[in-house]
Amino acid sequence: MKRTPLLFLNVIIIATCGLIYELLAATLSSYVLGDSVTQFSLVIGIYLFAMGIGSWASRFIDKHVAEKFVDIELAVAVLGGFSAPLLFLTFANISYFGIVLYGMIFLIGMLVGLEIPLLMRILKDELDFKDLVSKVLALDYIGALAASLLFPLFLVPKLGLNRTSLLFGMLNAGVALWATWLLEPLIKRNLTILRIKGFAVIVLLLIAFIKADSLTTLAEDGLFMDNIIYAKSSAYQRIVVTKGKTGYALFLNGNLQFNSFDEYRYHEALVHPAFAAYGENPKRVLVLGGGDGLALREILKYKSVENVMLVDLDPGMTGLSKALPALAELNRNAYDDPRVTVTNADAFVWLDNTELEPFDVAIVDFPDPNNFALGKLYTTRFYNLLKTKLKPDAAIVIQCTSPLIARNSYWCIIKTLETAGFTVKPFQATVPSFGVWGYALAKLQPFEAPSKPPAGIELKFLNDKSFVSMFDFPSDTSLPAGEIEINRLDNQALVRYYELEWRRFE
Amino acid sequence: MYLTRREILTSFLGAPLALAACKQNTAPKFPVGEIVGADVSLGHILRENRGFEVPAGNWETVKVVIIGGGIAGLSAGWKFASEDFSDFVILELEREIGGTSQSGTGNPVSYPWGAHYLPVPFQENVELIELLDEMELTDGRIQGSGDLLIKEQYLCREPEERVFYKGRWYDGLYLSVGSSEEEKRQYAEFQEQVDYWVNWRDSSGRRAFVVPLANCSSEAEATDLDKITFAEWMRQRGFTSERLLWYCDYACRDDYGLKLDQTSAWAGLFYFCSRVRKSGEESQAFITFPEGNGRFVNHLAEKVKANIRKSHAAVSVVPNANGVDVICLNGNEVKGFHCEKVIFASPMFTAPYLIRGFNETPPFAASEFQHNAWFVANLFLKDRPKPRFVKDFPLAWDNVLYESPSLGYVNATHQKGIDYGPTIWTYYYPMCAEENGRTKLFNYEWKDLADVCLTDIARAHPEIYELCERIDIMRWGHAMISPRPNFIWSGIREKAMQPYRNIHFAHTDLSGIALFEEAFYHGLRAADEVVS
Repeated sequence: MKRTPLLFLNVIIIATCGLIYELLAATLSSYVLGDSVTQFSLVIGIYLFAMGIGSWASRFIDKHVAEKFVDIELAVAVLGGFSAPLLFLTFANISYFGIVLYGMIFLIGMLVGLEIPLLMRILKDELDFKDLVSKVLALDYIGALAASLLFPLFLVPKLGLNRTSLLFGMLNAGVALWATWLLEPLIKRNLTILRIKGFAVIVLLLIAFIKADSLTTLAEDGLFMDNIIYAKSSAYQRIVVTKGKTGYALFLNGNLQFNSFDEYRYHEALVHPAFAAYGENPKRVLVLGGGDGLALREILKYKSVENVMLVDLDPGMTGLSKALPALAELNRNAYDDPRVTVTNADAFVWLDNTELEPFDVAIVDFPDPNNFALGKLYTTRFYNLLKTKLKPDAAIVIQCTSPLIARNSYWCIIKTLETAGFTVKPFQATVPSFGVWGYALAKLQPFEAPSKPPAGIELKFLNDKSFVSMFDFPSDTSLPAGEIEINRLDNQALVRYYELEWRRFE
Repeated sequence: MYLTRREILTSFLGAPLALAACKQNTAPKFPVGEIVGADVSLGHILRENRGFEVPAGNWETVKVVIIGGGIAGLSAGWKFASEDFSDFVILELEREIGGTSQSGTGNPVSYPWGAHYLPVPFQENVELIELLDEMELTDGRIQGSGDLLIKEQYLCREPEERVFYKGRWYDGLYLSVGSSEEEKRQYAEFQEQVDYWVNWRDSSGRRAFVVPLANCSSEAEATDLDKITFAEWMRQRGFTSERLLWYCDYACRDDYGLKLDQTSAWAGLFYFCSRVRKSGEESQAFITFPEGNGRFVNHLAEKVKANIRKSHAAVSVVPNANGVDVICLNGNEVKGFHCEKVIFASPMFTAPYLIRGFNETPPFAASEFQHNAWFVANLFLKDRPKPRFVKDFPLAWDNVLYESPSLGYVNATHQKGIDYGPTIWTYYYPMCAEENGRTKLFNYEWKDLADVCLTDIARAHPEIYELCERIDIMRWGHAMISPRPNFIWSGIREKAMQPYRNIHFAHTDLSGIALFEEAFYHGLRAADEVVS
């Protein structure tokens, strides 16, 4: 059997696998750590450097070259094959992620760096040196081209990162196993053991490939359209951040909280009407919920603001928004601003138990009232507690779910606010990720809805012309004709409205 | 008598659960805790009929002595205080006042040891409303109707109740899921029966069932219901639906500590009808606090704190020509009070043991006032169990286990809106399954009862062993008066309400049902009698 051409085929496969692992690591790190230019550059640099070390280290392998080659192939198969799943599992621990990522890139790079020199040494007895170098290196680069074309065009869209990683691990292991036959005469001992190891690695990877769904943090990959870059259950909720074509998205218990592509629409509409209604020089601002820090970003645009108190239930959420580069970039490092104070508490209990100087502006940004624990944050009791923390001329904005999808729910919140003694100006904005979205602008005194956003603030969505139109409700979202219940602690009417209205879309 | 764990669990929770619990080989992590509350030996001193000599310097003279620091005694004291009358003492046997409305102080909230809610009173219950106004629980009146408005934070927050059945939690107390057509029909018909009695008025316009019970009609059509058991009444009307019978049985166990076939039909219907203003309306909402009715105890006690003598066990009440002498034990010290009048706000069965001369010419049949036994456990949880299904009904205020002889548990943090982290659950178990429930209860140690409680709750929350760090248990030998048939309308109560030689009786026992409103009513009634 003429084995040389077959060994050349091995070169192509090895080269493809090597580049795939590199691309996987770079992609994953840019998802999690953000800034893709830096991440790709770092990953490629470290990988190539590690390959250099591997090539250099190949000189220390004197004996049993063929056997070592098979072993190294198997090691690459395991490390490279499991690289993406392992990195996925490490996402939840941002502090470790860098160590695991770069450590793994280095190891894979080193092993891949060993492969070609060893293979060349195996082949050197069968070819001219001139011929050998030209063929091996040419094939190596062809493999690289194949990988770089396959990766974005076929592998990521069709297989996803985890399966791609596992598939190429299997190819690597296949090369190793095949090599035990191709190089049989050169392998002096342990042939059977090598074959058993090879089979074992393939089987392991195959199982992982089949079970890839449950491997990637618990079947969530299937639930989300985009790649998960962070998934962790805090004491209060399941937090998932994904990265897709349109940008980053945050999910709490599977419910979309924002998509970076259009979140500025949502957050500009959430924050600036309150400031417009308040008037000159707001100094003290209260944010309830809003742990993603995006409302903070908008608030901190006001130079007059001296203090922002953010009360969010989940330290896992506020901590992530500060630590995850993708989120911190989006909220412009709001949590590092010295004006911001963070308290992790249930806002309902916090309002009941805390004595504080009252606030000029309050932004209330809770998840939709899809359970009783959230429903209490939309009750007359809650708004009465909130009143005690507001100055007489304070202005507030509350996110109130979609008046199109959940019309009764929306108007239930408005009516509840009015019952609690607020004058309310309902308004709505279009946020493509959510649809038509509803808010309430409210004050403790009668007031006119503002006609334009505050001057001198950098805005992407709101402008003088369209601002006023937010306060107009088309017929399909306006106050429905029937009676709307007030949401109280002892009836939780809103949770029941919400359930009925959103269930239609499940 | 030594019983194995399986035997104990079987006697409290039934054989299947006991068997399953004993099959687990590994002993689950077990919390710490203790039996707390009343010292039983004190009560038993009474029955020994010992003589007590009061040292000469240990006599005090007051106008009125109130015996018993439960709701009735405290309400009488509160009434005195509101009339600026202060020449009285309240003698409480135990270290803590409040009787079955006691509460404990804990973290993050306080928790009840017994009674834990009060239905919003009808506007006619003026004196009770006066108390609620004074406690700043009210938000004025509804314009037009004049009905009482209670501040939102004191009305039981939704979700109020849920029931655990075959591995899942469901909304509400009545298990409606999976009802057959026939079961739906029976439930609707039961509601019609309730409506009939809600709308019923006698010849002088009185309701059949209303709080306080003193305002209920005494006409035969209504009071004849007292002659049969609630179970018999259901049978006569063809109610056979298991879930409906369970619902009514639960109501009896919950409010009276009796089973369906032990409860008077009158008392059973009282539960369903007395808190509904008119047919079709919802039952009156509940006022509740983390510490349950401990809030009322603490408020009432605050008004009369100078008059309260804790750990003062009245042992002898001696009527004489000048009034009454009351002798009590304070630790080992014997003390005496000369007074003009006594308000006897202790359970009625104690009257013959305490009142000298009672047995010679008994003014009423004290032995007819029968009480049932309970145990109440407070479980201190470091965190709450996670739902087992995404759509499982979430933790409510009152959490009932359909298949259990217990009443389930009440979540103390619920009313404060604390939905995460540590909490305290109060678990109630009425000893109504057998005749000698009281004896049985006191045969068991803390560990046995804690095991019963955990095994029972573990049906719904297997992780309870991990979450629960401490269980304290209170055993109530005489928790509640039992409204069994032929008691409430037998005429016994009327006799007992008559003063006996300057001793005026005031206890919820006199209504034949154990309710805050009834205790309050009798406390105020006795205070008025004494003053006039």
